[in-house]
Amino acid sequence: MELKTVVFYVFASIMLFAALRVITARNPVHAVLYLVLAFFNAGGLWLTLQAEFLAIALVMVYVGAVMVLFLFVVMMLDINIERLRQGFWSNMPLAATLGVLMALEMVLVLSTDYFGTASFPDQAMPADYSNTKELGRLLFTDYVYPFELASIILLVAIIAAVVLTLRHRTDVRRLDPAAQIAVKHTDRLRILKMPAEKDAE
Amino acid sequence: MIALNHYLVLSALLFAIGVVGIFLNRRNLIVLLMAIELMLLAVNMNFVAFSHYLNDLAGQLFVFFILTVAAAESGIGLAILVVLFRNLSTIDVDELDSLKG
Repeated sequence: MELKTVVFYVFASIMLFAALRVITARNPVHAVLYLVLAFFNAGGLWLTLQAEFLAIALVMVYVGAVMVLFLFVVMMLDINIERLRQGFWSNMPLAATLGVLMALEMVLVLSTDYFGTASFPDQAMPADYSNTKELGRLLFTDYVYPFELASIILLVAIIAAVVLTLRHRTDVRRLDPAAQIAVKHTDRLRILKMPAEKDAE
Repeated sequence: MIALNHYLVLSALLFAIGVVGIFLNRRNLIVLLMAIELMLLAVNMNFVAFSHYLNDLAGQLFVFFILTVAAAESGIGLAILVVLFRNLSTIDVDELDSLKG
């Protein structure tokens, strides 16, 4: 067995194990950590497919940002795990049946060579081929409008997340920076007109 | 020798695990979101595998855009989750019946 095959089976088995633990873990924090493990192994598999940029982007953007966001939320909320686990085992027969059926059907179709998927040649890139450079070239030429749309989607997501979670609390005293900046000297200093002191009689 | 269908079978199994996760944890909104992430990962794996074996970079660009949209989706989803927890003190899906749907 060549090295690439060994690497594939190691990464694939760890990834499937981690995915199974994500959906069965009792503690949501453990589920998030197993999801991180699954993403790491997926990144490794993408490296064997010579998609280096996406593998690194998956680890940095997904594990580094999205999964940390998940961890923040899971740790911030005080969840009653026992209540949320109700119905886990009663749903198990239906879920297992459906899942095994789905997996079995897809494996039966995909593992044969009916669609010719087993006989595509393995593309070996030349040594000076840069996946990142090629992706960047495509992204800024043929796909420049989708790229700009993606940035707008991210902007909408930022604004939506801020607007959804923003709240004005009335029970805390807070400074208003705009009012602080706009303050004028007349607000701070008041000149009083008062009669001069009377002469001593 | 690892061929394209190895990757396709792997992502089919991953997708099935994601669907089973939605069935099993249908009360817990956070695990539901994580199961959706697993299914998206399976789809992305398919795209990358096809992109490699057909020698066409368009598949990898699709993954790029899917990652963008998925990040936006989970960001907004978690924001909704936080607002929900602030109002109801639970993330149980069964409690989300204020619209009487």
